[in-house]
Amino acid sequence: MSTQDDKAKEVSADGVAGPIILFFILGLAASLVFGWIIFPKLLYSQKKQPIDFNHVLHVEAVEEGCESCHFFREDGSFSGIPKLAQCVDCHEDAQGEDPNEVKFVEEYVANGREVPWLVYARQPDCVFFSHAAHVKKAEMDCGTCHGHIGESEHSRVYEENRITGYSRDIWGKNISGLKKHTWERMKMDDCAECHTTKEIKTDVETLPWPINWLPRPYEKQTGNKARVKTVKEACFVCHK
Amino acid sequence: MKEEGKHKKAKKYGMVINLDECTGCGACMVACMAENNVPFKEDESNKLDSIAWMRVYKLTNGKPYPEAEICYLPRPCMHCEGEHGHAPCVSVCPATATDYNHETGIVSQIYTRCFGCRYCMVACPYHARYFNWWDPVWPEESTKYLSPNVSPRMRGVVEKCSFCFHRYQLAMDKAYLEGRTVLEEDEYQTSCAQACPAGAITFGDLNNPEHKVHQLAKPDNKHGGRPGNPNVFRLLERLGTNPKVYYMSSREWVRQAGDNYINNEDLAKNYRH
Repeated sequence: MSTQDDKAKEVSADGVAGPIILFFILGLAASLVFGWIIFPKLLYSQKKQPIDFNHVLHVEAVEEGCESCHFFREDGSFSGIPKLAQCVDCHEDAQGEDPNEVKFVEEYVANGREVPWLVYARQPDCVFFSHAAHVKKAEMDCGTCHGHIGESEHSRVYEENRITGYSRDIWGKNISGLKKHTWERMKMDDCAECHTTKEIKTDVETLPWPINWLPRPYEKQTGNKARVKTVKEACFVCHK
Repeated sequence: MKEEGKHKKAKKYGMVINLDECTGCGACMVACMAENNVPFKEDESNKLDSIAWMRVYKLTNGKPYPEAEICYLPRPCMHCEGEHGHAPCVSVCPATATDYNHETGIVSQIYTRCFGCRYCMVACPYHARYFNWWDPVWPEESTKYLSPNVSPRMRGVVEKCSFCFHRYQLAMDKAYLEGRTVLEEDEYQTSCAQACPAGAITFGDLNNPEHKVHQLAKPDNKHGGRPGNPNVFRLLERLGTNPKVYYMSSREWVRQAGDNYINNEDLAKNYRH
């Protein structure tokens, strides 16, 4: 009797193990699909800019590159996305037949209404970011943080985190939070990448020197030093 | 190169408040609340709940009528340096939500790091720190008057005077744009200092002999910033908190009100004042 019982147990154990394993594999797969594909879709709402803006066209037409429209005010603050007043300088009337421009002139310029642009790079309230310190003092390129936005022909979709209300550009397009380029994410870690490693930026004046491996006798510092590396005590530098 | 040399020298922003000039009008409190998005409560008389980064206290000499005297004492955060930046609140914070910046001498408060344990409030001998028991609520219309340069605080965190640090940041922005790294005295002033109609509050860099605060207080950095001017005193000087807010009064009883003394204490022996 006992031998029959043992056999029966073995058979039933084999019979159940398969479905259980399958159940867990399917469950894992379903969780992965939910976590990596469905959840991000649910988390971010997709919003369209009120006007489809062509950066390429504008960069060609203006003389001073990014700073023609995204300029510093005299008090040191940065204008960010231009106000209607700057656009009107050129767009008092429609200059072409592009439906976006016509819409812009008819809906906004004619009525004197500001365009409710959605700001991709809007940081949370607690963040203080100084464009002057980075662009003027440290002489960084706009593209280091903002990417090749000047080469875009259409405004991309603005994705807003439904829970926090922040733009997806802060977390980054990659849901796992990985990035290849400096401009793909705008989290605190990304600021810290420079602010914990780069010690001092020094302007160096270099004169021609034929042999690369020999020390350059004519190299001299021109004095424009700035401490980039922030230490433990410096929370207030970027937080407000 | 001259400018670079100046840049390296650490600043020590501080205040000298002339108590003989202060009329107790409270303009500094109002200016501070407006500047820093300090929320007001339905019942501001509930001092457990209400928040004031700058608070004006009333002192009396406790004598009957003919000799009765009153003095008003505005109290912002003292931005204590302690010894080498060990301010009472900074030392106890388990979250590093508050720290001492050696470049400006300002004690920061990072609201998003604070988790509301309130150790700092216990540690602060000046009651300069306040806890948000509730989320701030402003009447719909007045939200338009909030400053975008100061983040509003949420329920469950501690807040305090920052010496209007955002004004320092904005002034630095302008300086960078003009290729400078050093600020002029009048470029960075706190809201309360500018609002005071009596001109009782002076603000500037205590380490800079050209600034008025340095000339008034004559701080002795070798001895914990002790004031060199005999009419100048600091609150609870003997605790060794090394505060950066100095008070000035020609009246002896006011100067003595700044600290605790035992009866018949020989002040000349134990302490200069």
